[in-house]
Amino acid sequence: MAHNNLNLKLKVWRQKNANTTGAFVKYDVNDISDEMSFLEMLDVLNEKLIVTGEEPIAFDHDCREGICGMCSLYIDGKPHGPWQANTTCQLHMRAFKDGDTITIEPWRSNAFPIVKDLTVDRGAFDRIIQAGGYVSVNTGNAVDGNSLPINKDDADASFAAAMCIGCGACVAACKNSSAMLFLSAKVSHLAQLPQGEPERKSRVLNMVAQMDKEGFGSCTNTGACEAACPKEISIANIARLNKEYLRAGLTQE
Amino acid sequence: MSFKHMFTSSVGKKLVMAFTGIFLVLFLVVHAGLNACIWANDNGLMFNKAAHFMGSFVVPRVLEIGLFVGIFLHIIQGYMLTLENRSKRSVGYAVNYSKGSKWYSRSMALLGTLLLMFLIMHIYHFWTPSRLGGIGAIQGLKTFELNGTEYHNLYAEMQAVFQSPFVVILYVLACGSLAYHLAHGFQSAFKTIGVHNKRYHAIISSIGYGFAILIPLAFAMMPISFYFNLVK
Repeated sequence: MAHNNLNLKLKVWRQKNANTTGAFVKYDVNDISDEMSFLEMLDVLNEKLIVTGEEPIAFDHDCREGICGMCSLYIDGKPHGPWQANTTCQLHMRAFKDGDTITIEPWRSNAFPIVKDLTVDRGAFDRIIQAGGYVSVNTGNAVDGNSLPINKDDADASFAAAMCIGCGACVAACKNSSAMLFLSAKVSHLAQLPQGEPERKSRVLNMVAQMDKEGFGSCTNTGACEAACPKEISIANIARLNKEYLRAGLTQE
Repeated sequence: MSFKHMFTSSVGKKLVMAFTGIFLVLFLVVHAGLNACIWANDNGLMFNKAAHFMGSFVVPRVLEIGLFVGIFLHIIQGYMLTLENRSKRSVGYAVNYSKGSKWYSRSMALLGTLLLMFLIMHIYHFWTPSRLGGIGAIQGLKTFELNGTEYHNLYAEMQAVFQSPFVVILYVLACGSLAYHLAHGFQSAFKTIGVHNKRYHAIISSIGYGFAILIPLAFAMMPISFYFNLVK
């Protein structure tokens, strides 16, 4: 495959901290290999900024393998950039053409306040998990894995929901800043397993209450979240969440 | 968990929208079915009888109260949700994400507002003269006699209203808004009340799109039929 080098123009959102207003700053990045990842391209730009004495661009990243959910970036009007079912760290520069202008914005939601530049605080997701996204297990010896029979289809559906890496792209994509796809993935993950059964009702009620407290919007089933999700979490999970909520709300004491 | 809590959370508000929405969908079936009597081609006799039954019998009158409550809940809740959801993103994007969703699914409030404007005009045209004005009071509503009893002649009212091409165009445009509002709303309502089973969802989606085409089409044909003298 031919190796190409790209010269690109970037429009990057710069913001000192949560209390200041930010603005777009333009940068030229030249001789970018199309085999680089998007974050490596930003690394190259940051190296250059450091040498010239400028403040490097702050952005989140961790594993750079597409599984941790730490990277974000709203690239050219889509969370995680133009590719489908892909995280920003796995987006490669061959997705762009020489001379392109790329607009890079942070996740926009009041529930995700900007820490600096492109970095946002996604602690709201952690607090939603703390409100019920777990199973309570007493300590002791691990139970034999085969002692609890689980239908293979249920296990598969649960695992499909458990694919969610909690990156927040669904919130960023949603016109209502709704966290419903994230929440529905976490609820569906546990609601389909026998281990999740004991806390099934309190889980969904408490997690929805926490989501509302964090200031996310509500879902209008537009499907933007599903289209932007790097892990292709199905919007059917939101319908399942609604069912779980209705069931718990009607029958809980 | 009180019922108040249950229906005022983010998911609860959706449930209110969905239940009232499904109720309004049922109303559309009744409304379209009754109005289809104009095509009996009996100079409005069957239609006027049907309209008289709906206006005088106690069951439809009680259901009418429920209809108004449902409409108000749907409208007020819809606007409140829209404003609330918009307030969740104070700083918007420079480039908007529009590829992941259909335009009409993002424009339910706009389509709903167009429908509300239509509804006010529509109520002024037909509901207020026949229900509040008494016989022949507002807009000089015509009457007709059958077996010695006087009835509203809503058929003549329709004939009169739909002589104006401007009104016909507004009605047809409103039917277009209704079609797109239903195209998203019908299947979305069932998702909201928890239908996640793929087989059922496929059936509901198909019925929803069919409904969104056929019902507004039937409604749009009514002013068109009168304007072009297709009914006798």
